[in-house]
Amino acid sequence: MTGLVLSGLSCRHGRRVVIDGIDLALQPGEFVGLIGPNGAGKTTLLRAAQGLLPFAGQSSLAALPPRERARAAAFMPQGREIAWPVSVEALVSLGRIAHPDAAAEVDRLATDRAIAALGLDRLRHRSATTLSGGEQARALLARALAQETPLLIADEPISGLDPAAQIEVMQMFRQLASQGRTVLASLHDLGLAARHCTRLVLLHRGRIAADGPPRAVLTTRNLADCFGVAAHVEEAPQGLIVQLLGRAARDT
Amino acid sequence: MIRASYSRLLALLALLVAALFTASLLIGPAGVRPGPALAALLGQGDEMLALVMREIRLPRAILGVLVGAALGMSGAVLQGFLRNPLAEPGLIGTSASAALGAVLAIHTGLSLAFPLALPLAALAGALVSVLLVLILAGARGGALALILAGIAISALAGAATSLVLNLSPNPFAANEIIFWTLGSLADRSMLHVWIVLPFLLAGFALLVPITGQLDALTLGEDAAASMGVDLRRLRLLLVAGTAALVGGATAVAGTIGFVGLVVPHVLRHAVGARPSRLLPASALGGAAMVLAADVAVRLILPERDLKLGVLTALVGAPFFLRLILKTRGNAL
Repeated sequence: MTGLVLSGLSCRHGRRVVIDGIDLALQPGEFVGLIGPNGAGKTTLLRAAQGLLPFAGQSSLAALPPRERARAAAFMPQGREIAWPVSVEALVSLGRIAHPDAAAEVDRLATDRAIAALGLDRLRHRSATTLSGGEQARALLARALAQETPLLIADEPISGLDPAAQIEVMQMFRQLASQGRTVLASLHDLGLAARHCTRLVLLHRGRIAADGPPRAVLTTRNLADCFGVAAHVEEAPQGLIVQLLGRAARDT
Repeated sequence: MIRASYSRLLALLALLVAALFTASLLIGPAGVRPGPALAALLGQGDEMLALVMREIRLPRAILGVLVGAALGMSGAVLQGFLRNPLAEPGLIGTSASAALGAVLAIHTGLSLAFPLALPLAALAGALVSVLLVLILAGARGGALALILAGIAISALAGAATSLVLNLSPNPFAANEIIFWTLGSLADRSMLHVWIVLPFLLAGFALLVPITGQLDALTLGEDAAASMGVDLRRLRLLLVAGTAALVGGATAVAGTIGFVGLVVPHVLRHAVGARPSRLLPASALGGAAMVLAADVAVRLILPERDLKLGVLTALVGAPFFLRLILKTRGNAL
């Protein structure tokens, strides 16, 4: 099984409906950016899709038993928790817990690849709790990468990273997609989402407001309606450029 | 390289435990020289001496290893699960409940009529507390629900123990209860070993398979679940395993504080902070600490019957304070 199929996925916190009837099918080769204002339900969608929250509806991923799910999808949660001062190398190798039957050599190579992919070689033996926030985010992403799953889910993976690191991570996701994997990441930087994602899903008040290639989703109308911002959107030779100008005039 | 230093650490700790175990066999009020003492243990020489060695010193030393390993390991497990270095084995309410069971056995006079009533009542108390904790914490509840349930049960068991003391018919019974709760390994027999051994073995067997999952929890519950950890099963095994260890340890030794808190804290850095490596190291470290303390109570004030639990707390608390100061220094 590759990709991800959600149908009628709904989730509530008490009486409040957080996500409502989400239908979504992701294919191998797609780098899907999940965008939407704060409180739109992005994190809830990512967690419910993996069965980390009680939900109604269907998710192809949540239907799997835990061990199989761990080999189908890796997840980088939004809360960047590192409880103990383990080394970066040890932290990245935790991703291999999902493969209890793999040979030690296979585990080591996967860990090395993930460390190299995120440029962590220099920090390899540093204690993860002494790293900066951005470095920790890269180490945690490397952990998810070391899990070597067909589907990678990341909740705000690039927030807190410096601009160069943000671009590198986005390029890496795109490259993973081009290798036939599926990447689903919630993002707040619309400019980067426009440039690097193959597809965007715009979530607004728990529902999918738009879904499609970046130029179809990032319209001035959608940006005003869902985010409440005025933006300049331009198709340039380098790709789609989204520049935020200010708050949108009307209240949504 | 890290792996090599980890095996070396385990080997060093094992050697330390072996040395302290021997010291525990050889040091005591009977004042026997090492040669004859060890010979007597193997059934040679004086019959009286053989009795002392086999029925007094040997069970005491074995229980020192078992109780220390149980406390050290359950401390490391709970700290790993709750991702908090301040967690200790008593946190889920087992030790207070086991103590209550034992206190009731003393109070009702059952322990006089039937010596094994005390450890058995303590084990029963531990079992009741585990069931209560699991019911209170709920099926899906996370770490916080477990802590709150544990605190509530500890408080309740503590209050019930106070009530028993309050209603105690005579000062001798009250005295006995207080002395028992201070924690000791003196005057235990091989029978005590046989009673708690199944519980401790069951506890170790339940906890060993979850060590890798505790590593995954370093990154939080969501990340662990996404790596294939079944959190509900993990919590069930963890509560049952630690309760078997702590219940068993408390049943034979009373409440011995600070071992489960201090030992994992001291060894954490040496094992590279990985919970899976901290577990075996803490089991050995706990055994070493309890054996050392139990030898020390025989050397310091032997005629006053200094209690083991008093000594571990007296030594453990300042040591812990020093660690806190050191941590604060590093943080600044």
